[in-house]
Amino acid sequence: MKTMPVVFAGHVDHGKSTLVARTLLDTGYFPDGKLAELEAAAQRRGVPLEISFLLDAFQIERDQAITIDATRIWFQSATRRYEIIDAPGHREFVRHMVSGASDAVAAVLVVDAGEGIGEQTRRHALLLPLVGVTRAIVAVNKMDAVNFDATRFRAIEDELRALFAQAGLTLVIAVPTVARDGDNVVHRSSRMPWYDGPAILEALDALDDRPEATMPLRFPVQDVYRRNEERILLGTVSGGRIEQGMTLLFSPSRETARVTQIVRFPASGTAAVAGEAVGLTLDRAIFVDPGDVASEIVDVPLVSTAFEATIFWLDAAPLRAGEHLRMRCGTRDTTVVPEAIHSRIDVATFHRNASEVIERNDIGDIALRSVQPAVLDVAFPALGRFALYRADAICGGGIVRSAEKQEERARRRSPNVSSNEHATHASDRMRRSGHRGLVVWLTGLPSSGKTTLATQLERALFADGWHAYVLDGDTLRTGLNGDLGFSLADRSENVRRTGEVAALFADAGTIAIVSLVSPQRADRERARAAAPDRFHEVFIKADIATCETRDVKGLYRRARAGEIPDFTGIGSPYEEPAAAELVIDTAAETVSVSFAGLLAYVREAGRL
Amino acid sequence: MSSSVTDLDLLEARTVFVLREAFRRVKPLGMLWSIGKDSTALLWMARKAFLGRIPFPVSLLDTGMEFPEVYAFRDELIAAWDLDYRNERCPPESSVDQTLAPGGRAAARKTEGLKALIGREKWRGVILGIRRDEQATRAKDRIFSPRAVDGSWNFRDQPPEFWNYYQTDVPDGAHLRIHPLLHWTELDIWRYTQREAIPFCSLYLARNGKRFRSLGESNITVPIDSNAATIEEVVAELAATSAPERAGRLMDHESEDAFERLRAGGYM
Repeated sequence: MKTMPVVFAGHVDHGKSTLVARTLLDTGYFPDGKLAELEAAAQRRGVPLEISFLLDAFQIERDQAITIDATRIWFQSATRRYEIIDAPGHREFVRHMVSGASDAVAAVLVVDAGEGIGEQTRRHALLLPLVGVTRAIVAVNKMDAVNFDATRFRAIEDELRALFAQAGLTLVIAVPTVARDGDNVVHRSSRMPWYDGPAILEALDALDDRPEATMPLRFPVQDVYRRNEERILLGTVSGGRIEQGMTLLFSPSRETARVTQIVRFPASGTAAVAGEAVGLTLDRAIFVDPGDVASEIVDVPLVSTAFEATIFWLDAAPLRAGEHLRMRCGTRDTTVVPEAIHSRIDVATFHRNASEVIERNDIGDIALRSVQPAVLDVAFPALGRFALYRADAICGGGIVRSAEKQEERARRRSPNVSSNEHATHASDRMRRSGHRGLVVWLTGLPSSGKTTLATQLERALFADGWHAYVLDGDTLRTGLNGDLGFSLADRSENVRRTGEVAALFADAGTIAIVSLVSPQRADRERARAAAPDRFHEVFIKADIATCETRDVKGLYRRARAGEIPDFTGIGSPYEEPAAAELVIDTAAETVSVSFAGLLAYVREAGRL
Repeated sequence: MSSSVTDLDLLEARTVFVLREAFRRVKPLGMLWSIGKDSTALLWMARKAFLGRIPFPVSLLDTGMEFPEVYAFRDELIAAWDLDYRNERCPPESSVDQTLAPGGRAAARKTEGLKALIGREKWRGVILGIRRDEQATRAKDRIFSPRAVDGSWNFRDQPPEFWNYYQTDVPDGAHLRIHPLLHWTELDIWRYTQREAIPFCSLYLARNGKRFRSLGESNITVPIDSNAATIEEVVAELAATSAPERAGRLMDHESEDAFERLRAGGYM
């Protein structure tokens, strides 16, 4: 018997937990002894028994008669099993509501007949469709407090119907209830003869199971597992069906390979369908990383670096344009930058108002740019929903509204240039060299230790049999960049050219180790854009006092004497990386510790 | 979705996803195995997730007070499944607060044992087989649930968790409790154990009209009245009961908020 997860939501104190508890009581699912335990607890506290104490598990919740976090409870009706998700209604607890509701296929929204639609009722109506819940049954609760007035009930129902339509939520039915006494919860009430519709549980039982739309094949690769000589791609089929012998296309690389085996334990099989977690082996050694997505050759996901999204924001510090965040979509992590905040939705009116920021608990529309290519779907949930992370903590989530294909964006930005397709594929070069091509970009203050580490890294990789080459700022200035001076514009151009050269080295299969102060974030981002999949920013971190004591080339002394204007760290600022792949603190660590960290990182990043 | 995919398949796939996510993103990683039905089913799913061999160590928080049948079953499975098993001997009862009731003392020993284990192994993540339907505070926990440096749980400020997205990082010294069975019920576990023919400790089956529904230390766990002598009968019994699973676990009932306080302090 399959289980239907249903979220119970609504404004604080409108009676959600009570409705859930009453449902359990009247279906005989109150565990033996629990009611007596709660009666005793209420008596000790000198308060009337609240049925909702059953679900409010924490002492503080019972003491203050509030729900802090979403809970789950299971019960069975005559026709199916339910998982009830009881979500708190307080404004500051929206994240718990989102955490609970994202598992649900339908909602029961509780509205107090006396108080009417609350701020949270509106917020939930907006949030539910965003997390994927599009159908709601409404309980107009505490009808006893309005003398079971049919007119009051109809007025609330009408108002909700209009509200839901605006939010994109279907109102399945509105039911007048008194949850505390059990009216129209499991059993029909005799106290409201004017209502002849179903009780809440009957309405739930009448809901269809979520109709499964036909979805194209998507297999987001979660991990790559090595067993003996085999490389096994682990993942969960999120749509469609995979069969042995089928040709798969991987995004973003767009390489293809045939499935040789569908690996399972204890016995392997020949096919896998949506919902199953399996392993795959391929007929040829193409390079697939965790986060890549397999599909059929037609009906492929979008590879994009620019897309529009509607998000909910959960962090105390508001979202502004230009900040670096991590995005997880499917199993893929990328760095994203909100390029523009378009609007935020006013909960009172449901209008989209222009805004510079998105505050905690807001819903809004934004444009996102992804630093590395993202693999997206607009219509299918597995690759159409994402989470945003700020400093490793989830700060929001959302859905993709539209996306621009990467090729289209490139064409729009440089209409007269088309990149020359090499006949030799990047993966052939990698197979030949035995490792990936990378740009390892060491940035940091003068004398922070970049050149020392770059040189040692080159030597160690070379000893491993890898192709590695240091592109040093000083060396490049003697040739390629000999025409450039030290004005801000020239320094920026110096970084740009170095980035382009490094990208070509990496494309040719070499580990290009760049050692360059590169003080401006925007310049480094441009270098990253030149080699989006292969760029690894390494921040060589040391405070200015430490660097000044080292002063390898005597530059700090000269800068202090006024001989070098605009010297980074003294006359001109150094912008620290916001989202470097690796940070090496050379002020706190010895050279050998710093170097060991760098080498281990590069070996892992370059490994096939 | 194909009609051949059952509810148990979907529960299993979700658990496998979480296990793989934990292994990919959280290092070093370990797992607690209480030898009970839940964590044994979870071990089985970990073998599925990693195609036969579990790539991280598994530990029992050993108070020395488990039933002899439990220890025997443990030794059998370690050999049969080739587990990287590390026994964690908990500190003696004399080292914990003597004013606690017996259940509280056992819980305190295991909490301290877990802290020592995590501290020594430097685990950033520890996988546990708890379920939401066992107990009300567990119902509110997260799948990736952070614990502070002192092991405590800040249940008032839990991170968001939605779709398949989890917060998989914690500060140095802190750790994640990873709960891949959170969405299973007791009945699901037994139906799955039956379907997959997973071995389980014989104490779960009735002898002389009594069986254990939940296994804890031998001095603080009592059996229930039952005639369910086969797994089929256990499944049938559970489908009909409304008695709570942990009723026989004395530590939960020593005061109204007994379990909440245990968990906030670092218990599983």
